[in-house]
Amino acid sequence: MDFTLSAEQQSLADSVSRFCEREYSFGSRKSRLGSTEGFSHDLWRVIADLGWIGAALSEEDGGFGGGPVDTAILMEGFGRALVLEPFLSAGILSLQTLARAPRSAVRDRLLEDIVAGKVLVALAHGEVAANGDAEHVEAVAAHQGAGWTLKGHKSLVLNAPSADLLLVTARAEAGIGLFLVAPNANNVRMQAYKTLDGGRVGDIWLDGVIVEDTIAAPGTGLEPVLRGLDYSLIGICAEAVGAMSAALTITRDYVKLRRQFGATLSDFQAVQHRMSDMLVELELSRSVLYQGMAGLESLPAQRSYSRILVTR
Amino acid sequence: MDFTIAPEIHAFRGEVRGFIEAELPADIARRGRHDYHSRRDDVARWMKILNKHGWSAPHWPAHLGGTDWSPLQRYIFQDELRRARAPVLDRCGLDLLGPVLCAFGTPDQQARHLPPILNGDVWWAQGFSEPNAGSDLASLKTRADLDGDHFIVNGQKTWTTEAHFADWIFALVRTDQVVKPQAGISFLLIDMTTPGVTRRPIWSIDGAHTLNEVFFEDVRVPVSNLVGQAGHGWSYAKFLLTHERTTSSVVSHTKRDVEQIRYLATLAKTPSGPLIETPAFAAKLARLEAEVIALEWSVLRVLHAGEGDPAGNSVASLLKLRGSELSERAALLAAEALGDYGVAAMPSSETDGVAPPDLPPIDDDEAVGVSAKAMFRRAATIYGGASEVQRTIIAKSVLGL
Repeated sequence: MDFTLSAEQQSLADSVSRFCEREYSFGSRKSRLGSTEGFSHDLWRVIADLGWIGAALSEEDGGFGGGPVDTAILMEGFGRALVLEPFLSAGILSLQTLARAPRSAVRDRLLEDIVAGKVLVALAHGEVAANGDAEHVEAVAAHQGAGWTLKGHKSLVLNAPSADLLLVTARAEAGIGLFLVAPNANNVRMQAYKTLDGGRVGDIWLDGVIVEDTIAAPGTGLEPVLRGLDYSLIGICAEAVGAMSAALTITRDYVKLRRQFGATLSDFQAVQHRMSDMLVELELSRSVLYQGMAGLESLPAQRSYSRILVTR
Repeated sequence: MDFTIAPEIHAFRGEVRGFIEAELPADIARRGRHDYHSRRDDVARWMKILNKHGWSAPHWPAHLGGTDWSPLQRYIFQDELRRARAPVLDRCGLDLLGPVLCAFGTPDQQARHLPPILNGDVWWAQGFSEPNAGSDLASLKTRADLDGDHFIVNGQKTWTTEAHFADWIFALVRTDQVVKPQAGISFLLIDMTTPGVTRRPIWSIDGAHTLNEVFFEDVRVPVSNLVGQAGHGWSYAKFLLTHERTTSSVVSHTKRDVEQIRYLATLAKTPSGPLIETPAFAAKLARLEAEVIALEWSVLRVLHAGEGDPAGNSVASLLKLRGSELSERAALLAAEALGDYGVAAMPSSETDGVAPPDLPPIDDDEAVGVSAKAMFRRAATIYGGASEVQRTIIAKSVLGL
């Protein structure tokens, strides 16, 4: 085992931190968050040009051949600065789901366009009654000629309002399939809303929409989605570790400045103990994140440990 | 020991419940279910209804507009208001300033200021905290210098709740710069329309505007607006903060939260049935309920203890500490009961029934304000004496450490 970053990985980490330092002052983040889409398309292109979207994609699929460690390095850096661009949604969830879907001309072209920052794809998988059960899909796919029509309600679709295409799961007799739908197609309705952190999401109702392309036929769609979810869990946990780490540093610096009762807050043992507890939580979170990355390829069930500890 | 509740107490609860059911306007009750911060016009309308019945300020002395209810009756009254989702009243006027004026105000001050508070006509803000005087309130810097028959006030207050509604503010100000910090503080009533008073909103994490900064620049305040004696402000502030010592438990709010959680979790679906029937969630709810019951019985013990009773003081010391923790946890569990929509941002106010754009698809009155509440409640263990300060007080005053 070796828990140190390689020279290449260190250079990626440095590059992310330079990007955040340059682009993510408090003021510029605030104005970006307040914009119509809640992030910057220009910065998304910068992220693509830096090769970050394809960092954890195999070279065979048009990526740069990295893996979950690269994803975690990027997301930890983004978490420190609370980066707003849809990396989790488009750069991990949709990308890794597609990467595990059967090869096809449509899939290959989509991956290429995502990596180039030309197309934003949102995975519309979750449903209200699923309560975190990734296999619970009530949306249905029905045969329509040679293709499919979809009916159902997808909830909390990350970055749905800015998506060029939706990757939708629906169930047919053979099992769960993965379908491509244009958000502005007939019989698709979206209700856009914000999350507590200002993120943009939407609920989507499919009311007999005709599918543009089938990415994975019914019965073959679940495995790619589980893969995308596993990968994005690593991303979310790494983002949380980055945010926690930044928050701990900011708080550490502040308690050394603020004075009450004739002393700095850092002089009070009660505050010291809380700070120590936070450091313990942070380090344990990082440890279980590493364990999750180690098991990503072999033991998908391990992902839940990271989620239980880091995002609670 | 006798744990039975006297029949007249049951009857009293029934009378209060009947009154609220008959008199609380339906539109106000509906907004109450939303868990939004109460609107000033709702509060004023409800206060007038209560005042007509003589129930605006049951904890004030009867001859100044209060009642002669026992502490238990006053608790039951508040409990029923929360249960019915009635607006949260103007706490600054009723609970904080009112008792101080009743005890230490001049007859003129009482006659001028108390009736408009009772009727919801005049809204008050509390000017205590400053940027560098939070838990350590005695280090406050806002000064009031005597100039003939006026004080000249200069300084800044912060985290001032509802100051944007307020017509008046009662402020702790430093009138003596030489003596030790607590001895130089006075309690001053300031008309918010006086030239030199400005307010600036602080937007909180729930997206709402309830908090403010208030600035004083050469504000002239008549000496007749001084409450009690100059230099005694600290003791009045301590009186005010300990006047209703069970209020800080917010147990009636949290009991209502438990009901809300049960309601939402019964509606929430999971692949194996309603959320409330899943073992993991049911266990969390049971744990919360047990702790809320323990808190409420602690409140009951304090209500039945005399002022100087050491056992009562011991229990009273935990009410704010544990009450604020449970309040945070209850709001988070309510958000959890919303599933996906628990992370959706909802506005924490409503303009005349017009829903703002960009809302998640939840329209149940009980659900819409939950996530905002969960965010705002994060402050409960900080304001009104942070948990660290509470623990230090318990260690010193109860355990004698």
